[in-house]
This record gives sequence, structure tokens and C-alpha cells, in this order.
Amino acid sequence: MAVKRLSKEKVADALGELSKFRLIAPAKSDDVVVFKQISDPAEACLDYGNSTVPPKKFAFPQTETLFRFVTGSPELEEKNVEEEGTTIIFGLRPCDARAMAIVDKLFAWDFDDPYYLKRRELTTLVGMACVEPPSVNCFCTSLGGSPFGTEGLDLLLTDMGDHYLVQALTDKGKKLEETLSSQLEGAAADDEKKAKEIAAEAEGKIRRSIATGGIPEKLPGLWENELWKKISAACLGCGICTFLCPTCHCFDIQDEVEELGEGRRCRMWDSCMFEEYTVHASGHNPRPTRKERTRNRINHKYSYYPDKFDVIACVGCGRCINLCPVNIDILDILDQVVDAS
Amino acid sequence: MKNPYIPYQVNIIDAWYEAPGERCIKTFKVTFADEKLWDTWSHLPGQCAMVGTPGVGESMFCISSSPTEKGYLRFSIMKAGMNTSALHELEAGDSLFIRGPLGNSFPVEEWKGKNVVTIGGGIGQAPLRPVIQWIRDNRSDYGELELVYGARTSEDHCFKAEFEEIGQSGDCECHLSIDVEEEKWPHFVGFVPSLLMEVAPKPDNTIAVTCGPPVMINFVLQNLEKLGFTPEQVYTTLENRMKCGIGKCGRCNVGHLYVCKDGPVFSYAQLKEIPEAFA
Repeated sequence: MAVKRLSKEKVADALGELSKFRLIAPAKSDDVVVFKQISDPAEACLDYGNSTVPPKKFAFPQTETLFRFVTGSPELEEKNVEEEGTTIIFGLRPCDARAMAIVDKLFAWDFDDPYYLKRRELTTLVGMACVEPPSVNCFCTSLGGSPFGTEGLDLLLTDMGDHYLVQALTDKGKKLEETLSSQLEGAAADDEKKAKEIAAEAEGKIRRSIATGGIPEKLPGLWENELWKKISAACLGCGICTFLCPTCHCFDIQDEVEELGEGRRCRMWDSCMFEEYTVHASGHNPRPTRKERTRNRINHKYSYYPDKFDVIACVGCGRCINLCPVNIDILDILDQVVDAS
Repeated sequence: MKNPYIPYQVNIIDAWYEAPGERCIKTFKVTFADEKLWDTWSHLPGQCAMVGTPGVGESMFCISSSPTEKGYLRFSIMKAGMNTSALHELEAGDSLFIRGPLGNSFPVEEWKGKNVVTIGGGIGQAPLRPVIQWIRDNRSDYGELELVYGARTSEDHCFKAEFEEIGQSGDCECHLSIDVEEEKWPHFVGFVPSLLMEVAPKPDNTIAVTCGPPVMINFVLQNLEKLGFTPEQVYTTLENRMKCGIGKCGRCNVGHLYVCKDGPVFSYAQLKEIPEAFA
């Protein structure tokens, strides 16, 4: 597909045009950048590294209603996701889009998850290539991603200085390009070449890496290895590594009853790092300590997920490293896995 | 396709206690409120369903009736937590909600022509009941059927009347036990794994299926090995905390297997390789 240009002067215009849909963009919230719905283009903050919280909640909300009920009544009112309407996530990083493509596999595995899949169908992902790695702990290139990766994206923007290069990648992306036809212009002949140079340079700036080859096959054999006790010793079990992970998708289901017996069954993010996550009604817990829970977290991402879906459930965004309160570093863990015998 | 998170309403036809006490067991016999659902419903022995009521929650239970029993489903539920306590309040005429059938099943088709021995303990007989009923309703397709079952006391025995009837029917051999001596108890006294050694089923062309408390399963598996059963001849079911029942919510895995979707039925050959299987 022919590439286009979006002059930086016209970004506000373009966002204005897109705000006729449900427009999600990075925006400042206190002193961090988060993805949120904006109605005023001025709210968007496109000069950012990566958001503290990944934009996964727009496909998989932190809490969402599955259905509403009135206690004692047989009528169940299913949540209609369609009502949320066409959604554009503007400016997400390639790693976060790739994470969605990875999680899609789980939510379409055998049983279609109607809530998640409907939202994904309604959503167009407009990515922003990482000209500079957003964090010192980025390691996307070790997981098959890249700062200019396109997996999961419908459209990719590249910051070229005074303008963005616009590449439509899918039919949805093409449609969005048409929506923005009065803001976009044809790209210059050497724009694509320049973008490739920037991409190569950006890859070279990724500082951290891990050789993932062999890890999925090796992990099961390290079940009783002492490394799990060592690496989990400092863990507080706060769960932030999973809440901020763009591929973590585990959830709880709870019923909430409001006034007059009206209520809803909802699901909400849960974390395998919590004790309650696996505890039986009898009180027995098959993963009683943080050692077992950490072991499960790493195995789930780097062994079970590739076993089922042929892809590691980690995109190397570095959030779990950046935000762990006790500096647990997944790359240190993986190094120990590689070194263990 | 139907939304797999939306449960069906079922009406309780009958409900009774199997065993008394703090962790009492109650059986519910239910039918769909919308009778048309029977046209599309089909399950196999070993499959499960989420059972509960909106406002309280839902939990996973095996369907303890065989598909050969028409017009109803059965669930036998031990009182253990919030949801099961609420379920125990329900009586005939009340309704509850189920989602299913979920999970895999015992490979009863593959077992045709073989002998089957079931080894159950306590509420662990619930997933074995549909296997037994299935074989009895397809009697000529299978070889010998032998039942080994025990509970702590005679009062704790589930499906008492059925065991009596089965014992007298001549369909199969029935071996019962209790853990501690009681007056007038005519059967074995001791733990189920010991009873199994007394009965000593022969492994030739035989499938062993066992369900019960983890400690019992552990010794039953060891004893079956002593009796010459290979891991491929032995089946059991696992249970873990579950929320979705369809392989999404993440929590019920043992190693790379989701108990809700890859299970609950596993051969011992499968589980031997999974260090977390009996955690």
C-alpha cells in the first residue's frame, strides 16, 4: 500500500477527525502517561516513551460486566459490547500491539470469548514506532518484536521529525487512512528509505537482550531447581508485574449485588501472584508460597503459552522490570534459567 | 454461537442428602427450565458444569449422572464454601443456573470390550457414578465391572441405596469399606487403598478409574502399579479453583494443562510427567 505523510501541524486536525469515534490516545495523568479516551486533541501526549499501564484494558477492561441479573429472576441481560462503538487506539507502541495479537490466540482458543473478540473487532490499532527505545529495559528484539514491528497493528506511524510517515497495514488501517484523507498527503520518494534507516538505528539502541531459544523446552526440567526460591525471596506478591503486563490476561469472576437484588456478574483482572488465586474452598492451596507462584508466572509465559500457541507470552516491554518495587528483573530470572543445570 | 459465560436456568426436580455433618453432601436432580435445551444438550461421563446462582457465584462440579439417564442431570455437592453453602439451601422446586457441559470426558468408547474397575473415596464417587451407570446401560459393550468404594464412616457413604441395588443386580462386584470399625458393618474396615489390595483386580484388559481425596489417590496409584497396572490403564480426574471453565481465566492449570478444558479427566501416563499435578 502506498505510504502517506501526516504533517505534525495536522496532527490535531487528524485527532479531531478521529474523535468522532471512541478515540483512545496517550495522555498525561498526574505525572505519568496513560491511554485514555480523549475528546480534545490537546489532551493527547504524543511525545512519550511508553505508557505506564499498557492499553490492554481497551480490549480487556480491568473490570467488565458479563451480564446483569435480578436475584430470583430467570432473566439475564447480556452486556452488549457493540454499544461501545468503533474504537481507535492511537499511538500505541508496537510491543503493546503485538501483545494483543498474542492474547487474541487465547481468547479465540476453542471457545470464542465474545466480549474480548467483539472489542478487538471494533478496534483499530494505530501504532507509533519507537524511534528511541522508551526504556532502558526494553528487550522486544529478543522476543521476535522490534521498535518498528507491525504485528497486530492496522497502521504504523513513524516520527520523521517534521512529519509522521503513515503506513496502512490492514483493511482497517486503509479505512482509517481514507477517513483522514484531508489530513494526509503523499509521502516523499525517500521517506520509506529514511524510515528504514531510522528503524535500523532504533534496533541498535535496544540495550538489553536474552537468547530465548531453548528456554520453553528447558523450563519443565527446572521444576525443583533452587533458582525459584532464590528469585522469589524478595517478592512482595503485589502483582504489579502481572497487572502492568500487556500479555497477562488472567481474570476472576465475581457477582455484585446492588440495591433491590439488582446485580451484575463481572470479571476483573486477577494475578497469579496472589495467594487467593488458586486456593480451594477446602483451604488447600496448590501454590502455597511465592516460590510456586513465581515459578508458575515464568512457566506460563515462557513454557505453557508457547506449548499451546507457539509463541512466548512476553513482548519485552520492560514494564515488570521498571515497576517492580523490589527490583525483580525478568531478564535476570531468564539468565538464571539459561545458566541453570 | 452462544455466549459461553451465560448460564442456563435449571429447575430442581428432587434434592436429598447423601451424607450428613459439617461437610455434608447433597444431590440435586435438575432439568432445564427451557425444555427445548434437551434437544441440543449432550454430555459424556466425566464432563462438568459450572453450577451456581447469580448473586452468589458459580463453581465447577462433575455431572454425576450418565447421559443414558434421560430427562435430568445430577450433581452431588459437598458443602465447603460460600457457593456450595448457598446451593445447599435449595430444595425441589427451586432453580439454579448451570453452564456446560465443560471439559473432556472419560474415553468410554475406547474402553469398549475392556473390564473396568472404579476406585472411589468419599465424594470422589460423584465423577465415577456416570461411568458406572453408562457401563450398566451399555452392559454388553464392556467386560467385567468392579466397584471399590469407601468413606470415613457408613454414614459418609454416598449413593448408599444405589450401591445396594447394584450389589444385588449381579451387574458387577461391589466392595465397600469404612475407615473405622462400626457395629454391624458387614464389609471391609480400613482405607480404600488397602481394600483395593484385598480385591486385587487383575490388570489384563482392564481400565482402573480412581477419584477421591489426594492422599487416597496417591496410595491407590501406587497400589495399582503393584498390581501390575500400567500408567496408560489408569485414569483419574483433577480439580482446581476455576472461574471461567473454558480455558481463559488462567488459574486451574497443572503445568501446561488446563484442568477445565484439557481435563478434568487424565490418564496417569499424562499426569506422571506433570510435577504440579498432585500439588
